[in-house]
Amino acid sequence: MTSSAPELRLPGRAVRLPGGVSARARPRALATSVLLTATVAVLAVIGVLVGGMALSPAEVWAALIGAGDQATGHLVWSVRLPRVLVAVLAGLALGAAGMVFQSIGRNPLASPDVIGFTAGASTGAVLQILVFDAGAAAVAGGAVGGGLVTGAAVFLLAYRSGLHGQRMVIVGIGLAAMLTAVTSYLLSRAEQTDLRAAAEWLTGSLNGRTWEQVLPVAALTVVLLPALVPLLSRLRALELGEDSARALGVRPDLTRLLAMLAGVGLTAGAVAAAGPIPFVALAAPQLAARMSGGGPTALWSPALCGATLLLAADTLAQWLFPGGRLPVGVVTAAIGGLYLATLLRWGRRVP
Amino acid sequence: MATGVNGRARPLILLCAAGALLLAASLSISVGARFIPFGEVWALLLHPDGSDAAAVVHDLRLPRTLLGVLAGAALGTAGALMQALTRNPLADPGLLGVNAGAALAMVIAFLTLGVDTAGGQLWFAFAGAALAAVAVYVIGGAARGGPTPIRMVLAGAAVSAALLALVQGAILLDPITLDRFRFWAVGALAGRESGVVSAVAWPILAGLALALPLGRALNVIALGEGTGTALGVSPARARLATVVAVTVLCGAATAAAGPIAFVGLAVPHLARALFGPDQRWVLPASALLAPTLLLAADVVGRLVDRPAEIQVAVVCAFLGAPVLIAVARRPRAVAA
Repeated sequence: MTSSAPELRLPGRAVRLPGGVSARARPRALATSVLLTATVAVLAVIGVLVGGMALSPAEVWAALIGAGDQATGHLVWSVRLPRVLVAVLAGLALGAAGMVFQSIGRNPLASPDVIGFTAGASTGAVLQILVFDAGAAAVAGGAVGGGLVTGAAVFLLAYRSGLHGQRMVIVGIGLAAMLTAVTSYLLSRAEQTDLRAAAEWLTGSLNGRTWEQVLPVAALTVVLLPALVPLLSRLRALELGEDSARALGVRPDLTRLLAMLAGVGLTAGAVAAAGPIPFVALAAPQLAARMSGGGPTALWSPALCGATLLLAADTLAQWLFPGGRLPVGVVTAAIGGLYLATLLRWGRRVP
Repeated sequence: MATGVNGRARPLILLCAAGALLLAASLSISVGARFIPFGEVWALLLHPDGSDAAAVVHDLRLPRTLLGVLAGAALGTAGALMQALTRNPLADPGLLGVNAGAALAMVIAFLTLGVDTAGGQLWFAFAGAALAAVAVYVIGGAARGGPTPIRMVLAGAAVSAALLALVQGAILLDPITLDRFRFWAVGALAGRESGVVSAVAWPILAGLALALPLGRALNVIALGEGTGTALGVSPARARLATVVAVTVLCGAATAAAGPIAFVGLAVPHLARALFGPDQRWVLPASALLAPTLLLAADVVGRLVDRPAEIQVAVVCAFLGAPVLIAVARRPRAVAA
């Protein structure tokens, strides 16, 4: 969209180094990343300390090095750490994926939950829960499979003498509607006993996470986030328009394909670990851009913003309704609603 | 767009559409787990003889068919109105968040106030539909450059996602609501309580009465604001009437049948292909073609998986989503 087109003015401030070398430094963007990293660290520590039973830092430290009593060790190692790690990793993945989709779709409202991938993952998981009565690993596999198949279908259906970002968005919404219809059909036929499990999965939850859920999302995030680094400058060039990007030597379709593969992979990892958590991918890149004062599309601040949002939402959910009665997805949906309301109120003035 | 429609053929095509609706309604009454021949249907409708077949016709299939006619006409007309007013070929009550707004309002009313009658839910559905429609319109039009079709659909998808996630959270806290809501949430004509048809009939008929005469005003608005005023049409008044009609029609249809997307998207495209761009023909044609499509989809859903049924909204999504994708693949749709 026109409003996201970068300005000609280069961001940041020129730094001249001895020997005729110059570079551009963006102090505010750097400060944002540092601040967000610190926030994630603080929230993660709170997540390990606070919960149904509050622990002191000394107790947690003892448990971490294996010196504490067995019950505390179990609580820290098997309950709190996996939950916090899933929140951090899924948040990073969703934030980065949201950046990719918004850059390709050239619209601040494009995100994996709006354009089909989460709907495909949901149908895959609900199919596993309700029809095949599968365990946690198979449900996660169903989600990833559903998301990937949907991603491929969106890509193929939107391809018409080249890829158009906005066309991809509409195709995604159409497929999402079909998949949502299938999901609600399956829910209407479900046994009462499976129903709550399916409904809870569909909301997005961090309850009862184990290392089994941490490892896949950790692997995907560690591989795919760095893979996005070389793509970032190409995505920025594409935001200037297809012709300008070509003139800069960027191949538009290849860039979109690779970036989307990474985005879909990150989303799939997050969904497999925590379910289709809504709105983190939508809001994180926008909040990060506001914090760092505009400038070119960035990778780390949206990812860190996603982790911050998810951790904060989970802390809030546990504090409001102890015992995991309120899945984190409801809180992030409320945050998403607030974000949309902000767009309503200040949309015209936002760059 | 087919513009070379022969003016004289249009009444004939409209008559054919009415005939198709009659045929679909007859099929809807006669087809199902138990097949009742056409001739017998008419005899039983006029003279119920107390047999099982008469009970099936009067208690199950007739209310279901009437609901299909009402909800279909409402959704089709609302879709045509939205597409004409916003000049957006992708406008649809389901895509633009109206159904999700009605859904959230009804769930909140049930959870907090215990409202569970069709008549009571209706008012909440109206309010939710209206609020969501306004929110989507403002968000979609907020950015510089105004509301382009793509931006509106994205805003609708985002608002729907937020509202439906809240619905999801609300029903998770309460198992009774969860069990009740999942049947409504699919979007179906079957299994609704008996009072539903009579509760929504009046609002839908009133909405249609408000909507159908708007054809001329919408034609003029399409020429531009200034021309409209010069030709003696008040664009503001026509716009207000359109928004009120859309809210009433969508709220009532959603309260009665649950969220059904795509009927309102696909039917106006079909109507314009048959009748040309003149809204005076497109609106009544949509009001006739949409219930035909909805009833046909309902009959298909009964036949695919006998003796079980697939809800009409699922069939509609599979018929309608390809239309959306086809529209998006047209070069002009994404030029904005």
